[in-house]
Amino acid sequence: MTASTVPTSLPQTAPGLLVRGLTTTFDTSRGVAIAAADVDFDVAPGEVVGLVGESGSGKSVTLRSIMRLIREPGKVTGRVEWGGRDLVAMPAEELRRVRGGEIAMIFQEPMTALNPVLPIGAQIEENLVAHTDLNRRQRRERALELMNIVGIPAPERRLDEYPHQFSGGMRQRAMIAIALACSPKLLLADEPTTALDVTIQDQILKLLLDLRDRMAMSVVLVTHDLGVVAATCDRMAVMYAGRIVETGTVADVFACPNHPYTRGLLGSVPRSGQSRTMLQSIDGTPPNLTDLPDGCAFHPRCSFATEICLKQRPPLDLVGTDGRRAACHHHERVAAAEPIL
Amino acid sequence: MNGHIPILSVNGVYKRFSGPYSLLRRFKSEPQLAVHALTNVTLDVERGETLGIVGESGCGKSTLARCLVRLHEADEGVVRFDGQDISNLSGGARRAFNRRVQMIFQDPYGSLNPRMTVSQVLSEALSVHKMRPKPEIPGRIAELLDLVRLPADAAGRYPHEFSGGQRQRIGIARALAVEPEVIVADELVSALDVSVQAQVVNLLLQLQEKLHLTVVFVAHDLRLVRHISHRVAVMYLGQVMEISPSEALFSAPRHPYSKALLEAAPELDPAHKNRNVALRGELPSPLDLPPGCPFAGRCPHVFDRCRVERPVLTPRGPGQMAACHLTDFGAPGASSDQLPTGH
Repeated sequence: MTASTVPTSLPQTAPGLLVRGLTTTFDTSRGVAIAAADVDFDVAPGEVVGLVGESGSGKSVTLRSIMRLIREPGKVTGRVEWGGRDLVAMPAEELRRVRGGEIAMIFQEPMTALNPVLPIGAQIEENLVAHTDLNRRQRRERALELMNIVGIPAPERRLDEYPHQFSGGMRQRAMIAIALACSPKLLLADEPTTALDVTIQDQILKLLLDLRDRMAMSVVLVTHDLGVVAATCDRMAVMYAGRIVETGTVADVFACPNHPYTRGLLGSVPRSGQSRTMLQSIDGTPPNLTDLPDGCAFHPRCSFATEICLKQRPPLDLVGTDGRRAACHHHERVAAAEPIL
Repeated sequence: MNGHIPILSVNGVYKRFSGPYSLLRRFKSEPQLAVHALTNVTLDVERGETLGIVGESGCGKSTLARCLVRLHEADEGVVRFDGQDISNLSGGARRAFNRRVQMIFQDPYGSLNPRMTVSQVLSEALSVHKMRPKPEIPGRIAELLDLVRLPADAAGRYPHEFSGGQRQRIGIARALAVEPEVIVADELVSALDVSVQAQVVNLLLQLQEKLHLTVVFVAHDLRLVRHISHRVAVMYLGQVMEISPSEALFSAPRHPYSKALLEAAPELDPAHKNRNVALRGELPSPLDLPPGCPFAGRCPHVFDRCRVERPVLTPRGPGQMAACHLTDFGAPGASSDQLPTGH
C-alpha cells in the first residue's frame, strides 16, 4: 500500500543506496512477527543517514536486511539497489564480494563481533585477503596505515595483540579499521557507540565523520539516541513498530516534527533550562510485533488519534520539500501543535 | 557543615577491591594489586534534595551508592546517616537503617525474583519490616500499585509478564513499601527506552514531592542527571572532581573534566554541530593510580604540579567545590587562554 505512493523515479542526484519496500518477517511460535515493513529510504553519496527508534522498532533488522544478514526463519523481501544491482536478489557468491568490500558494517558489541582468538592485525588482513590482491608485506603495511587512520596508538605493537587486550573504545576503533580495509563506499553502523562512555562515544562519532569526509563514503547510523543523530547525521528516519514514520533532514525533523511519535521522543529527552519539570513522556509501551494494532500502529499511545487512525494505516506521504515525509493522518495538526524545543 | 546534620554524610571514604595477585608478584614479594574504587570521597546529602552522581564506567559511582546503603563496607572513612556511623549499627538499629534507606537497582530483570508474584514481593518487604499488620497488607499493596501507576491486577502476576518500565515501577514500589526517607537509585532508567525513561523519571519526581524523599540518583546520562538533580557530583577514577548545584555545574563547570564531559555529551540541537573531540585518551587502569591528579593524563590544562600532588576538593563559587589545582578554572572573568595548556 505504501510502496505505491512512493515515487520510483530517481531524484536529481542518483542515490548510492536505494531501499524500496524492504520487509523482514520472522515466523515465530506466536505468529508472524513483522520486524520491518515496507521500509523505503535513500542514502546519497557522502551522506550520513540516521535510523532512530526504540528497541524493537526494526532499525537494526533493517540494517541487517540490507546486508542479507537475516538468518532463518527470517525472510527478506523488497529491493535494495546498490550501484544498479539488487542486493536482495543477488547470488550469494556476488554478495560476498560486496560485503566487506563496497559495503562494510560495524556492530554494537566489538567484543562479540571480533574474533577473540585472532590478533587484531590478522583480522584486518583477513578482509584484505578476501577482497584485494595485496601480498603479505603490502597487507601488513595497509593494516598499519588503517590502525593509524582510526587513531590506535603504537600500531606496530597493537597489531599483534588480541581483542581482550584492547579497551572498549579501542576495540570499536579496531572494528572500524577492519571495516575500512577495502575503502568501502557505504558503512552500515549498528549502534556503534551505545556500549561506550560518553567521552569515548564522542571520539568515535567524530572519527566516523572525519572518515566520511576523507574517504567520501556514505554512512547509515542506527541509534536510539537523538543526541547522536543531532550531532552526526544529515538526514534521519524515525522508525516505530517496523515502519518508518517520519523522515527528512535532521534540522527539519528536530525543528518541527510531523509525527506524534517523533514529537514524543523529542519531548522525552530532558533539555536545559527545564530542571525538575515533568517530561513529555509517551504513555504505554511499544506494541508486540506479532500482534500489531489495526490502522496506525501508534494509535493506542497517540494523543492526536481519531476514528480514522484505528482503521486506516497512514501512508508515508510527502509533507514538505527536501524529501520530508511523515506517516500520519494528522501531520498538519501535529506540525502546528505547540513547539516542544 | 554549619551545625545542622545532613541526612547522609560521607567522610573520607576509601574502598578497595583486591585485584589479581600473580605468582611473579608473590615471588618478588610485591603487594597484591588493588582496584581503587573510591579514594577519599567526601560529600553530604541534604534532607529533601536530589543529589546526582555522574561519571563514566569505572568511576566508582555504583560503589559509592552501595557504600551509602551498606551493601559494601567502607575500608576507611565513615558514612553517617542522621549523624550516626552506619558501620556501627547492629540488630534493630541496623534493620531500622535498612528500612529508612532503600536502594533501587539498574537491572529490572535481575533484581526481582522471577518466582514471586508482585504481591509476594511487596508483602515480603511489608512483613519483614512489620510495616502493617497482616490483614492490612493487601490494602497497602493496592495503594502501592496505585502510587506507581500499575494496574490493580498486577498484584497476582509474575515479573516476566511485565515490560522493562513496569518492572522498574515494581522495584520502586518495593522500595517505597517500607516508607523510606532516602532512595538510592543506581542507574534507575538506563536499561529503558527513552519514552519509557521519561515515564519513570516523571514518576520519581512526583513521588519525591509527595513523600518528601531524599534521592541519590546515580547515572551516566548527564542530561537526565541535570534534569532531576538539585546538586550534582562528578566522579572520575574513584574521586569526586566537582560537586555543584546543578545549574551552576552545567553553565560554568569549575573542573576541566566536568567541562569535557559536558562537551562530549551530544547536544540535542542539530545547529550545534561541533567537530572537535572533547577529550582525548581513555580512562587509566584503576589498578595503579597515578600519584597526582587522576585526570592528569587526559587533562588539556595539565602542568607539573598535577602529576605529583593530588588536588583536594576546595570551595569555588556558592555551594560549588572542585578538586583542581587551577582554582580559577571556569571562573567568571578568567579566560581559558591564561591557563597552561599541555606539556
